[in-house]
Amino acid sequence: MIYSVVGHYSLILGLCIGLILVYFSIQNFRNFNQLDNKILSFSFLQLFFVVVSFLALVISFITSDFSNETVFNNSHTTKPLFYKISGTWGNHEGSLLLWLLVLTLFIFIFLLRTKNQPIKYKILTLVFQQVIIIGFFLFLILTSNPFNYLFPVPNEGLGLNPILQDPALAIHPPILYLGYVGSSIIFSSALAATSLKMVSTNWAIHIKKWVLISWIFLTLGILLGSIWAYYELGWGGFWFWDPVENVSLMPWLALTTLLHCILVLERKETLTSWVIILSIATFTLSMCGTFLVRSGILNSVHTFANDPERGLFILIFLFTLIFLSLLIFFVFHKPGQNNQANFFWLSKETSILINNWFMMYFLSVVLIGTVYPIFLDVISSQKISVGPPFYHKLIIPFLIPFLLMMAIGPKLKWIKSDLKDKIYLFSLLVISVLISFFIVKNFNANVLVNTILISAALYLFFITLRDFFIKKYKNLAQNIAHFGFSLLILSILFNNLFSSEIITNLKVGETYNGSKTKIVFESINQKKQKNYNSIIANFSITNSEGINNNLSPELRIYNQPKITTSEADIKTTLMKDKFIVINLVQNQDYFNVRYQVKPFMLWIWLSVMIISLGGLISLLKKRT
Amino acid sequence: MYGRKVKLRFLFISLILITLILTVFLVLKSLEENVVYFQSPSEIKTLTELDKSKIRVGGMVKKNSINVNSDEVNFIITDFKNEINVSYSGAVPNLFAEEKGVVAEGFLKDRNFFSATKILAKHDENYMPPEVKKALEEK
Repeated sequence: MIYSVVGHYSLILGLCIGLILVYFSIQNFRNFNQLDNKILSFSFLQLFFVVVSFLALVISFITSDFSNETVFNNSHTTKPLFYKISGTWGNHEGSLLLWLLVLTLFIFIFLLRTKNQPIKYKILTLVFQQVIIIGFFLFLILTSNPFNYLFPVPNEGLGLNPILQDPALAIHPPILYLGYVGSSIIFSSALAATSLKMVSTNWAIHIKKWVLISWIFLTLGILLGSIWAYYELGWGGFWFWDPVENVSLMPWLALTTLLHCILVLERKETLTSWVIILSIATFTLSMCGTFLVRSGILNSVHTFANDPERGLFILIFLFTLIFLSLLIFFVFHKPGQNNQANFFWLSKETSILINNWFMMYFLSVVLIGTVYPIFLDVISSQKISVGPPFYHKLIIPFLIPFLLMMAIGPKLKWIKSDLKDKIYLFSLLVISVLISFFIVKNFNANVLVNTILISAALYLFFITLRDFFIKKYKNLAQNIAHFGFSLLILSILFNNLFSSEIITNLKVGETYNGSKTKIVFESINQKKQKNYNSIIANFSITNSEGINNNLSPELRIYNQPKITTSEADIKTTLMKDKFIVINLVQNQDYFNVRYQVKPFMLWIWLSVMIISLGGLISLLKKRT
Repeated sequence: MYGRKVKLRFLFISLILITLILTVFLVLKSLEENVVYFQSPSEIKTLTELDKSKIRVGGMVKKNSINVNSDEVNFIITDFKNEINVSYSGAVPNLFAEEKGVVAEGFLKDRNFFSATKILAKHDENYMPPEVKKALEEK
C-alpha cells in the first residue's frame, strides 16, 4: 500500500524534473561555456525517482500487495519468488516502467561519460532525450499507471501467464529493452548533431560505442526470445516470422546497417544522410515494435491489454517524434559536396553501401509482411496473415550476393582498391561450391538453390576462418562477427535440410513404429508442485542405428490462471537436438506427441553469440 | 552531345529505377501468392467456388466434437450458425479444447470438410484471436 503511494508520487516528481530539466537546458544553451551542474544533479534526481518507483513496484510484487491493481492482475501468492520479481516487467505497466528506467539511466550515463564533445551538443541531446522521457512519463501516468489502487483489497491475485514463468523470459525483456532504449540515445544525439551540423568523423567515433552497446543487447535479447520460443512454445523451431519476432528484427536490421555506416563515417566524411536517417529509423522501429506489441493489434504472448487509448497515445507520440526528427533532418542537414559522387566502384565503402541496400531490402520485406495485414484489416476489414513462404521466397535469393559481398568486402581497401589474392579467393570459391554440391547431392535435397546458398555461406565461412588464422588481429571484431554470421546461415540451412519430425497420438503404453524411429510411450508420473500439477511422460525412443534415448517431456497444469503448458524435453548434443513435446487432448486418453530431430540447433545459438562477441570486441578495442 | 559523366549518371539512375520497380513487383507478386485469408464457417458455406489455396478457418470448437485416433485429431469448428468438420494430423496447441476459440490453417476439401495443416496456439485463457471474435460477433 505505502509502496504504491511512494511509487506513484516518485513518477510524478520524475515528470516534474523532466520539465525542469528542459527549462534549465534551454537556459544553459544560451550560455554554453560550461555544463550547468544543476543539469547533472537533476538528471541524477530523475534517475533516482524512477529507480524508487521501479523498486516500489518490485517490492509490491514481492510482498504480493494486491491493493495494487498491476500486482493483482499479474501475481499470485503461490508463485515462486523469482517469478514474482520477474513478473514486475512481465506485464504492460511494469514493462513500460522498465523502459522509462533504462531511458533515464542511459541519458545519465551519457552525460557522465561524454567528454571531448561540445557542451551545446550534450545539452541538445539531453533535451531530445527528455522529450522522449516526458512522453513516456505521461503515457505511464495517464494511460497505464502501475500503481492503481484497488479497494476492497482482493485476497488473491490472478497470477502470471504460466508461459512467462520461465528463466529465459525473465531476463529477455530487460536485455531487449537495453537494446531498444539504447537506440533512443543514438536518436537524440543524431538529432542534436544534425541541428549543430556536427555529423562528422569525430562524432561517429563518439557515437559508435552507443551503437555497439545497443546492438549487442538487441542481438542477445532476440536470441533469448528465440531460445524461449524453441523450448517453451513447443512449435519446434527457432524462428516463425511471427509479427512479434519481426518487430524485434526490424530495429536490428536498421541498427546493423547503421553500425556499418558509422564504420564508414569513422574514416571518411560520407554517408551522413544514411547515418541520420538510420538513427531515426532504428528508434522509430523500436517504438513501433512497442506500439504494435502493446496495443493489442498483433495476436501474441506479448499482447497484455487491448486498450485502444494506449495504442492511440503511442501512435500520436510516435508520429510527433517522426515529424520532429524529419523536420530537423530536412531543415538542418546539408550533405557535403564530397558525398556519394566520390565513390570508387571497387572499395570497402562501396561494398558496405551495396550491402546496406540489401539490408534495407530485407527490412522492407519484413516491414511489408508485418504491416500489410494490419493495413488491409483497417481499410477493408479483411483478415489475412502472411506466412513464412513469403519471407523465404523474398529473402533467401538475395542472401547469396549478400553473403558473397560480406566475404569479399572486408578484403578491399578504403577509398580505392584492387582485388588482391585473386587466386586464393577464387580457389576457395571453387572448394565451397564442390563441398556444398557434394553435401546436397548426398542428401537428395533440392539441388540448385541449396548448392548455391550453401556455397555462398561456406565461402564466407572459409574466408573468415582463413583470415582469423592468417591476418592475425587486424580487424578481429569484423572477422568474428562475419564468421558468426556465416556459421548462423550454415546452421540454419543444415537445420532446415536435415530436420525430421514425427507427430502422432499415443496412449500410455502404446508404441509408434515408424520406418526409422520407434517411440515407446512407457508411463506417466504425476507430481504436485507449488503452483502447478505436473504430468511427466516417459518415452523410450530408438532410431535406425539402434541408439536408445529416454526422454521425459512434461505438462504443467497451473492452477492460477488455469493454463496448461508443455515443457519440451530436449537432448542436446554437439551435432543435433532431439526434441519431444506432448500435449493433452481434452477428455481423451490420447496424448499428442511431437518428436523432432534437429541438427545444428546448438550452433544456431552459438553463432548468434559469436556475432555479438564480435560487437563486444569492437567495443573493447582501443582505437589506434 | 552529353558528357561521359552525365551518360554514366543517367545509366546509374535508370539502373536503380529498374531495380526498384522490379523489387516492388516481386514483393507484391509474392505477397499476393502467400497471403492466407481468414474465413468463418458461414463464409465458407456461401463460397461460390472452392479456392485451392491455403486459408484459415476460425470459430469455436464444438462441444463433444473432438475425436482422436492414432494419427488424426478430428473436430468441428462452429460459429453457432454453421459448422465445418476439420481433420488434422499434427501437433495440437496446449489450449486447444472444446468450447474454446480456435484458428485452423489448411485447405478446403469441400464446403463441409477442412483439412488442417496447422492449428494456432492461443496464449491465454481469456484471450481470443481477433478473427474468432469477429466471426462470433457476426452470429
